[in-house]
Amino acid sequence: MPSPSPARSTRGKTRPETPAVTSVSARKHVAPSRRVVRGDRGVKVSRSVTVRRPADELYAFWRDLRNLPRIVKHALNIERVSDIASHWSASAPFGDHRVEWDAVIINDEPGKLIAWRSREGAEIPNAGTVRFDPAPGDEGTEVAVTLEYNPPAGKLGAWLAKLSGEEPAQQVAEALRRFKALMEAGEIPTTEGQPSGRAETTKNKRK
Amino acid sequence: MKAVCWMGKKKMEVRRVSDPTILNPRDCIVRVTATAICGSDLHLYNGYIPTLEKGDILGHEFMGEVIETGPEVKKLKVGDRVVVPFTISCGGCIHCARTQWSCCDNTNPNAALLEAVAGHGGAALYGYTGLYGGYAGGQAEYVRVPFADVGPIKIESDLPDDKLLFLSDIFPTGYMAAENCDIVPGRGVVAVWGCGPVGQFAIRSALLLGAAKVIAIDNVPERLRMAEAGGAVAINHDEVDDVQDALRAHTGGRGPDAAIDAVGMEAHGSVYDQVKQTLKLENDRAYALRQAMRAVRKGGVLSIPGVYSGFVDKVPMGAVFAKAVTIKQGQTHMQRYLRPLLKLIEDGKIDPSFVITHRVPLGHAPQAYAMFCDKKDGCIKVVLDPAM
Ligand SMILES: NC(=O)c1ccc[n+]([C@@H]2O[C@H](COP(=O)([O-])OP(=O)(O)OC[C@H]3O[C@@H](n4cnc5c(N)ncnc54)[C@H](O)[C@@H]3O)[C@@H](O)[C@H]2O)c1
Ligand SMILES: [Zn+2]
Ligand SMILES: [Zn+2]
Repeated sequence: MPSPSPARSTRGKTRPETPAVTSVSARKHVAPSRRVVRGDRGVKVSRSVTVRRPADELYAFWRDLRNLPRIVKHALNIERVSDIASHWSASAPFGDHRVEWDAVIINDEPGKLIAWRSREGAEIPNAGTVRFDPAPGDEGTEVAVTLEYNPPAGKLGAWLAKLSGEEPAQQVAEALRRFKALMEAGEIPTTEGQPSGRAETTKNKRK
Repeated sequence: MKAVCWMGKKKMEVRRVSDPTILNPRDCIVRVTATAICGSDLHLYNGYIPTLEKGDILGHEFMGEVIETGPEVKKLKVGDRVVVPFTISCGGCIHCARTQWSCCDNTNPNAALLEAVAGHGGAALYGYTGLYGGYAGGQAEYVRVPFADVGPIKIESDLPDDKLLFLSDIFPTGYMAAENCDIVPGRGVVAVWGCGPVGQFAIRSALLLGAAKVIAIDNVPERLRMAEAGGAVAINHDEVDDVQDALRAHTGGRGPDAAIDAVGMEAHGSVYDQVKQTLKLENDRAYALRQAMRAVRKGGVLSIPGVYSGFVDKVPMGAVFAKAVTIKQGQTHMQRYLRPLLKLIEDGKIDPSFVITHRVPLGHAPQAYAMFCDKKDGCIKVVLDPAM
């Protein structure tokens, strides 16, 4: 069984400060990226997309995690702490609760793979992996993302389940769709702010 | 500005709305000088395509002048005269690279909706429901044009709008329908169901591509006359006992080498389909499609520019299989055809303005929709003028 600890990882180039994970114990046949989350309660989603750009370019976008909020639709903020550490925060839609956690990159193979996970003590333990593989026939790069998290109990958990419970994979798919558009087309398509016959007033007028 | 808004089934209104603004770096804004109503707009008008919302601005056939460009627009300049194709394409995805422009991956903000229905989402279209991206259309004084360097074709000559406008949709659509027929010049016989504007351009394109004979099928006399004027042999399906027999008679018993369904989901002819469509048991009335499937010769091609949106009943798959028929279809890959077809117009090989029967002010759009839908007053194609 491969080690969950990035410190012992043979592939990882980085050595995070906190090797321990929330629960790594009993489950068998679990890939390394799964282990952050306590097995039976974890939510795991995987989606992939083919992007007609070189792997290195796509990897570079993800390696700077601060780019991620650009492709995620709900409010998410990511600050860089060090080359491998980052601080994430997202607001929950009740009170002024903010979900915050520190994340650390636990595996990093330039042009091929990035894996990260939350540090111990996170309110919502979570982990993610993105891998980049050449598409057949040199037609771009297959980008596969796996996310997993351990939903907490209580109000926050209920909100999270509602937010992502219906279609968690759909949200990852949407982020990947926006990522692909940004990389291939240079912008994310939108119609927000366009005119329609629903608005009774003319807000914007030429001449 | 003034814009033509869908306010419910068979209810169009010209409303005052906000002027469009640049929303993304590759956008431009076009002042519309001419726009038209398409047969595809009738599917919306009649309420057959879901995810249209009250207040949506329709229109996907338009041309005009560039009056503003976003910071990432490199080729187009303010003042350029352009025709805008109805499919919105990014130019950077694998489908754009393969010139399958209407399959573009990156322009539809609601691609997930189409993905749920069809497995994959296609390119966005102007003014054509949320499924196709929900972009405001061009039946308006101004329109926002995303990916300005990929879609619009710049016009350098001083040809009038009437000759150029249909590069935005129906000429390329009819042309692609004919090209899909794999016509062997001097030998190919093509049958075209539907003599609306798309059928008219399919007929003329098939002849330009060398078809030996084109047979046109419809039941609207003035449309059949226009088809004949374009070089087709006309069959009025109300005046023959059996369309397939009539086609056999015109082809020495073989059947046409290629069949074009330029009718789509609102074919007339079958009470069965009309009832099912009304009861929402079937999205599309495929009467012409079924006829075309049975009539086309063995080893032939079935080319479908007519729009289908959902499920179709009683498709004679066995006939298509037994005869080893090839089916080609889809939204037109517009950007593929703009330059070559502009050249045909400039060289005088075709004058697309033949199809225009009515020119009215944009403000008369509601009446024009009704007239076009009901085929009143000999209406075949309406051009709307925002300046009138
Ligand atoms: N593929 C594309 O990209 C594309 C682009 C533009 C239009 N279209 C579609 O092409 C179709 C035709 O467009 P149009 O503008 O010519 O529309 P239209 O409504 O003016 O023409 C349809 C014609 O079909 C005739 N017709 C109806 N039932 C028939 C039958 N059973 N047999 C023979 N003829 C029949 C009608 O009398 C009419 O003349 C529509 O479905 C439209 O949505 C597709
Ligand atoms: Zn059209
Ligand atoms: Zn594209």
